[in-house]
Amino acid sequence: MLKCREDLQNIRSLYQARLEKQKVKILICAGTACVANGSLVLYDTFMKLIEEKGINCAVDLEHEPEGEPLGVKKSGCHGFCEMGPLVRIEPKGYLYVKVKPEDCEEILEASVVSDTCVERLTYHKGGEFHKHQESIPFYERQKRVVLEHCGHIDATSIGEYIANGGYSALEKALFEMTPEEVLQEVEISNLRGRGGGGFPTARKWSQVKRRKAENKYIVCNGDEGDPGAFMDRSVMESDPHKMLEGMILAAYTCGAQNGYIYVRAEYPLAVTRLGIAIDQARKLGLLGDHILGTDLCFDIKISRGAGAFVCGEGSALTASIEGKRGMPRVKPPRTVEHGLFDSPTVLNNVETFANVPAIITNGGQWFRGIGPENSPGTKAFALTGNIMNTGLIEVAMGTTLREVIYDIGGGMRDGAEFKAVQIGGPSGGCLTKEHLDLPLDFDNLKKVGAMIGSGGLVVMDDHTCMVEVARFFMSFTQNESCGKCVPCREGTKRMLEILECIVAGNGEPGDIDLLEELAETISATALCGLGKTAASPVLSTIKYFREEYENHIIEKRCPTRNCQKLKKIYIDAALCRGCSKCARNCPVGAITGQIKSPFVIDGAKCIKCGACVEACAFHAVKED
Amino acid sequence: MDTQCDHKILDEILEKHQYNPGNIIAILQDTQEVYRYLPKDIFPYYSDRLGISQAQIFSIATFYENFSLEPKGKYVIKVCDGTACHVRKSAAILDQLRKELGLSSAKKTTEDLLFTVETVSCLGACGLAPTLTVNDRVMGMMTPQKVTDLLVTLREGKTDAEM
Repeated sequence: MLKCREDLQNIRSLYQARLEKQKVKILICAGTACVANGSLVLYDTFMKLIEEKGINCAVDLEHEPEGEPLGVKKSGCHGFCEMGPLVRIEPKGYLYVKVKPEDCEEILEASVVSDTCVERLTYHKGGEFHKHQESIPFYERQKRVVLEHCGHIDATSIGEYIANGGYSALEKALFEMTPEEVLQEVEISNLRGRGGGGFPTARKWSQVKRRKAENKYIVCNGDEGDPGAFMDRSVMESDPHKMLEGMILAAYTCGAQNGYIYVRAEYPLAVTRLGIAIDQARKLGLLGDHILGTDLCFDIKISRGAGAFVCGEGSALTASIEGKRGMPRVKPPRTVEHGLFDSPTVLNNVETFANVPAIITNGGQWFRGIGPENSPGTKAFALTGNIMNTGLIEVAMGTTLREVIYDIGGGMRDGAEFKAVQIGGPSGGCLTKEHLDLPLDFDNLKKVGAMIGSGGLVVMDDHTCMVEVARFFMSFTQNESCGKCVPCREGTKRMLEILECIVAGNGEPGDIDLLEELAETISATALCGLGKTAASPVLSTIKYFREEYENHIIEKRCPTRNCQKLKKIYIDAALCRGCSKCARNCPVGAITGQIKSPFVIDGAKCIKCGACVEACAFHAVKED
Repeated sequence: MDTQCDHKILDEILEKHQYNPGNIIAILQDTQEVYRYLPKDIFPYYSDRLGISQAQIFSIATFYENFSLEPKGKYVIKVCDGTACHVRKSAAILDQLRKELGLSSAKKTTEDLLFTVETVSCLGACGLAPTLTVNDRVMGMMTPQKVTDLLVTLREGKTDAEM
């Protein structure tokens, strides 16, 4: 138990000394993606080899090491998921990509015995090898504030977090600043909510701080439900203490006693690691009563979601924590007045809280110096889709889309051409070639009808059908609509029906206008953000790809040949051997012909199921 | 055919959550972890013990996607259909699974209670698209061929198949 400031400083020195003794460290990425690629097998292989070779090794900081051990740890996500499993060697900063268990011995020999680099395992592109992680283009252009520790420290060790300066922001706040001063620093920084809305964090905090109430709550929104977004997950998995520290700072500022972290059920690893982190913080007395011997009493519980996208909305989330159906309610009163258990509540996103410690340590002015004046700081994005380097990135706000897609993301896959990027998930919109030089920040995106949202960037190439993408988002939103308000429940259903008709080739002239009209009504009248923004993907695809809609509706063709029902299926007479296999496989009897002479498909009967295409051994059935 | 619930297990779960009706979601989650679904039995039992109506418990169980009132297979395979996976053709993965197991969007579990196939909106492992999970173990960069191989290894009873 740490009972005063000196205790924390002493334990920090102790952990630092122990960490420094580990002259060489091997960090194996244990983020979800690398684990899926078999990184835990790597860890076990390393441990087995170390035991066999009798190498002195340290796996944690809780014991006094003998001599200078080798540090072997499971780190959080490095973000370069495309190249996993990743292994980082410190202090040299080598990064090995796509490591296999049979490479472990070589890595161990090189790092521990001869202190060299295994060049064949480093990232290389076009004959150019990048030994050091920082020199890889994917990393070179990033600016990591929230993700600074991700992949560099053991995610399950509070010792490593403290040794790397963790909880020093809390220490500074508790012993050198008043709650007002902390709030002021956040205000100077102009930190805006990273959950997507961009609401000034300091304003939210001061509204809760002002209120006189017996109970106040700090709630962290880790219900990252947007498809194609996983930034919050990585923070929770890789650097959970940073987020906790941000929450404790919020509690100190606003005078709250209880905190909740609401995490999606789909993130079991995040739940586990947060649980470990909370236990560790409690044991050290950084959570609980009289933190570091001060008057601050604050504890955090984890609340697991149960699979409802709408629970990312503030009032639905608090209802869910209370054990009710997660349905939004009419606002005002807002969460800051009547939040969890009807008490004033600070509800921020994971990334917002994770930004706070750095702001307190370095000052609000420092934060303001990154990125543009009106949206300062950095933003983590999840880069996915048809792009070379998928993964997690963090860049200064105001970085252009071109830099993100081409310099960091490495451009499109398979030499395809860039078509659009969906930003902000199901409530965002798409950006096209004309926006490539647009600096990404809250206000700029709002102007072009998109939003930063949670930070998912799904990159699409010219083989993607935009109408189908709009249909996909609509089906997601319709499925996730909680059903409380009519505009969203019924409206999204109708919009989805129209879009389904269009991709099935049954679209009618006037459908586009009808979609626009519905969209306007829904966004004006829906109860919560889910409904209000449900139509955004449809509107923005209509805006930028209207022609594609028209092709589907009027010409009954899908220019990208994605929509199965709009394909033309015919039999190439030159290739057909007349074996009748296609006719026997056709579920609707649309294929007729004489054995040993070419068969024909009756277009009126054909339901475009593709059974004949699969059945034909001579590739005579063609799709166009 | 419904599972007979062991009241001792249910009591342990209630104990863990201090018989607090506010923790009903967590209580149902823990129950589902034991039985892989929510058996009929538990509703009157919990209603009685927690002092809330059965309807209220049902309202929670039916609102949240993750609760199932139908028995599930030994291996629950969730195919991700998030944006990134969708763009990288996750539909083919789902079709292959359903074809091999004789399932459809309406029929999610095989007769022998070995496999359940569901879709999920996003697993958050978009870097590895297309992905699926087998009982929460994430597998990435799936192909229809890999699906076939996976089912073979699962049938042989190897849960930690080298993928």
